[in-house]
Amino acid sequence: MNGRAQIGGIRSSFAPWEDPAAKPLVRFEGVSRAFGDTAAVRSVDLSIYEGEFFALLGPSGCGKTTLMRLLAGFESPDAGRILLEGRDISSCPPHQRPIHMMFQAYALFPHLSVAGNIAFGLKRQGVPRTEIGPRVEEMLSLMKLEGLGGRRPDQLSGGQRQRVALARALAPRPRILLLDEPMAALDRKLREETQFELMAVQQSLGMTFMIVTHDQDEAMVVADRIAIMRAGEIVQIGRPAEIYETPVDRYVAGFVGDVNLFEGRAEADPAGVRVVSPEGSFVAEGVATPGQTAWLAVRPEKIAVHAEPPPPGENCLAGKIVDYGYLGDWTTYLVEVETGRTLRAARANATRSVDRPLGCDDPVWLTFAPSSAVILTR
Amino acid sequence: MRRGGSGLAAALPLLWLAVFFAFPFMLVGRLSLSDTALSIPPYTPRIDWNQGIAGLQTFARGLDIEAYARLISDTLYLDAWLSSLRLAGIATVLLLIIGYPIAYGISRCPPALRQALVMAVILPFWTSFLIRIYAWIAILKPAGVLNIALGALGLPPVDILNTEIAVLLGLVYAYLPFMVLPLYAVLDRQDHSLIEAAQDLGATPFSAFWRVTFPLSLSGAAAGALLCFIPMSGEFVIPDLLGGSETLMLGRVIWTEFFANRDWPAASAVAIALLATLLVPILLFERQQKQVIA
Amino acid sequence: MRRGPSTFNIASIVLGLAFLYAPIVILVIYSFNASRLVTVWGGFSTRWYKALLQDAQMLDAVWMTVRVGAVSATFSTILGVLAAIALVRGGFRGRTVFAGGIYATLVMPEVILGLSLLLLFVSVGLPRGFWTVTLGHTTLTLAYATVVVQARLRSFDRNLEEAAQDLGCPPWKAFLLVTLPLIAPAVAAAWVLAFTLSLDDLVIASFTSGPGATTLPMRLYSQVRLGVDPKINAISTILIGLVATGVIATYLVQQRAARRGDQRS
Repeated sequence: MNGRAQIGGIRSSFAPWEDPAAKPLVRFEGVSRAFGDTAAVRSVDLSIYEGEFFALLGPSGCGKTTLMRLLAGFESPDAGRILLEGRDISSCPPHQRPIHMMFQAYALFPHLSVAGNIAFGLKRQGVPRTEIGPRVEEMLSLMKLEGLGGRRPDQLSGGQRQRVALARALAPRPRILLLDEPMAALDRKLREETQFELMAVQQSLGMTFMIVTHDQDEAMVVADRIAIMRAGEIVQIGRPAEIYETPVDRYVAGFVGDVNLFEGRAEADPAGVRVVSPEGSFVAEGVATPGQTAWLAVRPEKIAVHAEPPPPGENCLAGKIVDYGYLGDWTTYLVEVETGRTLRAARANATRSVDRPLGCDDPVWLTFAPSSAVILTR
Repeated sequence: MRRGGSGLAAALPLLWLAVFFAFPFMLVGRLSLSDTALSIPPYTPRIDWNQGIAGLQTFARGLDIEAYARLISDTLYLDAWLSSLRLAGIATVLLLIIGYPIAYGISRCPPALRQALVMAVILPFWTSFLIRIYAWIAILKPAGVLNIALGALGLPPVDILNTEIAVLLGLVYAYLPFMVLPLYAVLDRQDHSLIEAAQDLGATPFSAFWRVTFPLSLSGAAAGALLCFIPMSGEFVIPDLLGGSETLMLGRVIWTEFFANRDWPAASAVAIALLATLLVPILLFERQQKQVIA
Repeated sequence: MRRGPSTFNIASIVLGLAFLYAPIVILVIYSFNASRLVTVWGGFSTRWYKALLQDAQMLDAVWMTVRVGAVSATFSTILGVLAAIALVRGGFRGRTVFAGGIYATLVMPEVILGLSLLLLFVSVGLPRGFWTVTLGHTTLTLAYATVVVQARLRSFDRNLEEAAQDLGCPPWKAFLLVTLPLIAPAVAAAWVLAFTLSLDDLVIASFTSGPGATTLPMRLYSQVRLGVDPKINAISTILIGLVATGVIATYLVQQRAARRGDQRS
């Protein structure tokens, strides 16, 4: 838990995908896979670099699990190639790939002890018997499982089992570790702790991780880069902040966090693009052809809520609060504007105020800066 | 890749079924068309494979439906066929009537007890079939346990050994677990909230049973009925030991033709006739099993 | 909450079990009867058990039956495991026909199966004896073994096998190292069931055996036809005792395993 700041500090300079000379560790080239008539993965191109923590994010059924299973070797592509360090592994069976997977329900072998589970992959690699013991101990201490080597999986707690599964997949030192919804079975608090532990482990071992998840918060916290998937295709790849702040389309904007959208005709403006929508005309930074239909997207926390009318300026709407939700750290307001639409605005509860300053039916004014919103054309 | 694996696993059992199950039936079919020759093989005609098509033609000309002609002309076979189906049918109905309350009763017990009761129903099945039927001889014979008990109660003795009643008793006794288990399986799986929903909507406990539980358990009843009816139609041991000489069932006829009369073609023809009769129930049973799996 | 059993439910169960067990209990009691006559209770005695031990023919038949049972149960368990894999993991062409064949042997009247097997052995000139009975019993019990293993495999977590492959096992080794140890109880149950069915079978043994290969049921059958012999009661009691002990022990072991499983979740 020592460190969001520390990890973030190191990672900000890590960006091999921006270096044209960097060789990707894994490359998907036009990979497709269909089940019957359903295309689970459609001509995906993707590069993952050594030392990266990569997240595949998407709703269930978007093909992210299939993509991971293609890399693990449990599915073979109908078209395209998968390269590992430049070598085509498309037709290589799973047991010959130096890629290991942490299964969603962990898939710990119930007939083997914790140590037996961790040693399983090492034995298959032909690691000498004298070396297996120390390697298992090393994994146990890395995962804070000291003294549990003799237990059976059914004698462990959920969190311990999760760590055994991770240790088992890491022990044979895979070139890349795949994590299939690794925290789906944990409760919320444990999940947050585990996310940071996972990052710390990945950092200390300097390994490449690829995580599959439908939980956007999880992907944002752990990953260096996120790929958003929809209907078998990758819609956008980027750092968490890029995905959040500059989504490529309405799907990504809506999938990663909440967003308010204003649809209208685009017009040129010195500050960027002006969108003329029924709610009013608003300006944001971005690119659009004048005359085309465009959407201005602004996140709730980037909208300022005023109890008094602000001085006249751009990007201002009047309305009244119809509902609000107090979340402790944040309060989310639902504000109905003149057209009858409800917008979402969030305010950090920076001061401790038991008497809330704003309540239902209070008139409010919403403003946002042109640089806080983005223009979407899809 | 995986598909290939399971196909490979199927190869050996499939080969086994082909050699020891499917192919022998063809032999039975062929033999049923052979001349009635006494005692030992070979039977005429045989296919001479060296002659190719000509050999097949010779074989076809030599085929003989004599055994089948006798099946129709000799009323013994027809009677045996009818009484096989009749006895198996009556026994199936009795099994449903007796087995249903037992299965339903078990499904209403607390879970721990349910397990033990299911076990208790299966246990006799693990002990020798022959011995269990033999036990009934000691019970039913004129000076047997049943009549001793009746005498002690001051009731007149009954003589039911070597009658159809004894055969039905034996069939019901031996096949009861096969009826109770499929019935219990569907009753146990049933969502109890359905009954509660029915009662909530105003159904009395009985009408809730009759309109919800019972219709939903019919698939189990069908499975149990087929699982019992099919082998009972060909039953040999029970009619042989408990039935009198006048109780004719096809299984017993096949046995007698084969072992006593040494008329293999006749035994084969009876077997084919029995198989033809059971074809529809067997296909129904298989469809049922597939639905259970799906 | 599910309502408990009614009086009618309890009565059905009690009567049903009484019907199933009364003949067996009577048989066991009379095996200790000193008198040869069923009608007369001549006091407690183990003379029929002693007589049994001196009946060499009976003991030969027992030995023969156990050998046939052990070998055929082993064959049919191996085939049954393979067939179960094929049926559960299926997807190959001809699966329907295959499943059909398996279920057909399950309900096929034994007389038909026995007759057809005999014709097979005669037509290929295989001398009848130990091996023909064993092959016959393998065919008879194959479907039962398949059904037992299949039930377990269906609830088997496929991810465990994938995890093993992921960690470096070729598919066959993943099966040996992970799947087989975990389905072992079902495989053992399949073997025991096949063995028991083989011990019990009269019809197929009668059709497929030859001189010098008399099984216990064949021997019992010929004795029974001659009339009630207290020695049969004695051997029946021994068989019932063995089977009951085995089945109850298996049941208790499974119960304990199930309780352990409950604690886990």
